[in-house]
Amino acid sequence: MELSTVWFIIIGVLWTGYFVLEGFDFGVGVLMPVLGGRKRAAADAAPAAADVEVEKRRRVMLNTIGPVWDGNEVWVLTAGGATFAAFPHWYATMFSGFYLPLLLILVALILRNLGFEYRHKRPEETWKRRWDLAIFWGSLVPAFLWGVALTNVVVGVPINAAKEYTGNLFTLLNPTSLLGGLTFVALFVTHGAIFLALKTDGQIRMDARRIATRAGVPAAGLAVLLLLVLGLQGGGLASWVTTILAAGAFVAALWFNLKDREGPAFIGTAVTIAMAVATYFLILFPNVMPSSTNPAWSLTTANASSSHYTLTVMTIVAVIFTPLVLLYQGWTYWVFRKRLTTQHIPDDVVLEHVP
Amino acid sequence: MALRETTVDATDLARWQFAITTVYHFLFVPITIGLSAVVAWFHMKWVRTHDPEWMRLAKFFGKLFTINFALGLVTGIVQEFQFGMNWSDYSRFVGDIFGAPLAVEALLAFFLESTFLGLWIFGWGRIPEKLHAATMWIVHIGTLLSAYFILSANSFMQHPVGYTYNPATGRAELTDFFAVLTNKVQLVTFPHVALAAYMVGGAVIMGVSLHLMRREALKKAPDAPLYRKAARIGAVVTLVAGLGVAITGDVQGKIMTEVQPMKMAAAEAIYDSVPAGEGAPFSVLTIGSLDGQHTNALIEVPGLLSFLATGSFDGAVKGINDLRTQYLSTYGASGNALVQDAATSYVPNIPTTYWTFRLMIGVGIAAAAIAVAVLWLTRKDRTPTHRWLYWAAIAAPILPVIGNSFGWIFTEVGRQPWLVFGLMTTGAGVSPGVSMGEVITSMVVFTLLYGALAVVEIKLFLTYVRRGAEPYEPPQEPSDRDEDAPLVFAY
Repeated sequence: MELSTVWFIIIGVLWTGYFVLEGFDFGVGVLMPVLGGRKRAAADAAPAAADVEVEKRRRVMLNTIGPVWDGNEVWVLTAGGATFAAFPHWYATMFSGFYLPLLLILVALILRNLGFEYRHKRPEETWKRRWDLAIFWGSLVPAFLWGVALTNVVVGVPINAAKEYTGNLFTLLNPTSLLGGLTFVALFVTHGAIFLALKTDGQIRMDARRIATRAGVPAAGLAVLLLLVLGLQGGGLASWVTTILAAGAFVAALWFNLKDREGPAFIGTAVTIAMAVATYFLILFPNVMPSSTNPAWSLTTANASSSHYTLTVMTIVAVIFTPLVLLYQGWTYWVFRKRLTTQHIPDDVVLEHVP
Repeated sequence: MALRETTVDATDLARWQFAITTVYHFLFVPITIGLSAVVAWFHMKWVRTHDPEWMRLAKFFGKLFTINFALGLVTGIVQEFQFGMNWSDYSRFVGDIFGAPLAVEALLAFFLESTFLGLWIFGWGRIPEKLHAATMWIVHIGTLLSAYFILSANSFMQHPVGYTYNPATGRAELTDFFAVLTNKVQLVTFPHVALAAYMVGGAVIMGVSLHLMRREALKKAPDAPLYRKAARIGAVVTLVAGLGVAITGDVQGKIMTEVQPMKMAAAEAIYDSVPAGEGAPFSVLTIGSLDGQHTNALIEVPGLLSFLATGSFDGAVKGINDLRTQYLSTYGASGNALVQDAATSYVPNIPTTYWTFRLMIGVGIAAAAIAVAVLWLTRKDRTPTHRWLYWAAIAAPILPVIGNSFGWIFTEVGRQPWLVFGLMTTGAGVSPGVSMGEVITSMVVFTLLYGALAVVEIKLFLTYVRRGAEPYEPPQEPSDRDEDAPLVFAY
């Protein structure tokens, strides 16, 4: 196999790792005001106790991802770095072409990450509510925009003979790509709800399961529609196989969720996301960024890649260190495997109302 | 790569954006590198001695560390994306070489830092104490690896090695990755930057502890000795690292003279070459325009520039005028697609290089002087409370942090007009497809956002400084803990 093909696969794997892992923490972020909303968190609490209940629930949610979100996010940095190293033209065309969406993604990630780190550092309610907003929007916006961006990559964007993107922001906001964005959000919300059900206990676990079903049904509809649209445009046998696997895994995930078996359900949504990304990359190959202006100007694994020597060096590094990363990242999940409940949240920080 | 017209304005904006986002990012990076080492050391001391003071210091500075790390992390994401966003032609031209260290940095360093910092923050009572202390050392190793790979990439821009120009693809291609990682510029830049980061870490510990020591002593509170100890540790780190910064900086100057003579000439604003035997002076302060028309040095140290550049007090130093002629004949005035600033004279902005070079050295010396003063005033169990110590405590961390900024502004501006020295000028590397409007939008967004976040971060940092170290609570090993008890640390 050509080394450039190997790196095409590796970059696909890196995006898969990113969406499977950060996917659920995006989902947790988006669900903050839902699962941690007054309606669910404090349904039968007295008004005075309601604020405390809401706060404790939100903290349970944040603590399920607390030790791992940062490591999850590194997957996208590695995907970006690997694209730069293995396919400089792909990196250059995509990052300069998708300028404004990437700017928004960056701003969203900045605010969200600071939300995780800074929210608990002051007791005032206003402080916490503001960071809650940052976490919500900072999770929703990148989930949506990554969907828009990657779907655009697969369906093709205007690229000229000099490998330069010639469209503008509105070129990227086409119906298929917007559908891609919505699907990503719906999938991640379902994935995140199942993750929360897996990692918590008590009432919040029950609520998370119910939300997983409610989000899962529209997510399934959107995903099927999206993969059909993409498959009919450029799918082959392999991409139809992965599409069917994605659909099957998702149905299984929702079924296991209904049967209160969160472990298999979570594996189900993880496989769904992995197979969806695989479908994207199978439809894309051998292009890395097809040109909608002229197919001859498409960026391919051949004309966008680095030299053989660079790819060889990178392959050696990846072969040695990727297993190591998987090992210690997996170990972190093992260390923090215990389910959390509101009892685990210390009382030290009580909300302070600042008039 | 096709020849394209790039407007000077778009390039200027992209440069400003890179300068703003990078200088800002690098306010947090040295603190992260330096502080992680000292926090790891405090934590390790606690595991070895079980002296509560070490635990209190580890937790206290650990909190300050995480406040700072968060901003370093998020602004670092911008760094990785903006090569492609604003500098796509640069990315195409050097991606074969430059991309590899970035990818390796993410794989080797970022995963290590982020995963093990998560373990350290949430590990209290959940992982055995020795392992827990080790996680912060691993974070520190991650920060050093990160610095190593990104500095390798930067050193390639200062002094390209291990590559060949491929006319068929129109780009520079990697021929020897090991040569890139052991670039002689890199081998001296890495220790210089790492030591400068330790200096910052030491100075943050020193400044914060000095303030709290004084406050506690004035209040007759019991914690003054705790902070006195920490202030002295911080001062020692600042001083030892500062000495290392000076030594590596000296070696760096000589290598710079060899590979980028124009930068050394620009550091001194020396226009006319000084032949061997005469000894070029180093001007400490100058008034006037630095345009080479008048000599306006107020204070000069004879022979010092020769020494900095060559290691001998009467070594020959080339001036800007001779170098300009030499560069013009070597690289030509125009005709090369990668050398787009046809009007360029190959001379960087002299006032910027001249002043940042001096300020870098000056603030470093000032920080080291504070460290000496702190060690002297706290000798033999003394706990000083002079009023001026309050201001010294504030100045201590700020001086080496801005010293880092000046150093980077000097070395990057001094490389101009080159983006990759001798290969590609800055104007040729900018994204041709990105509009002025887009660059302006992102610049305004980042500037406003970064400004607001700086306010939030500094306020939060100061709140936690004022709060001081928390009282000692004996930690429990995970095996002794009730699993249903509240978490020791929670978001």
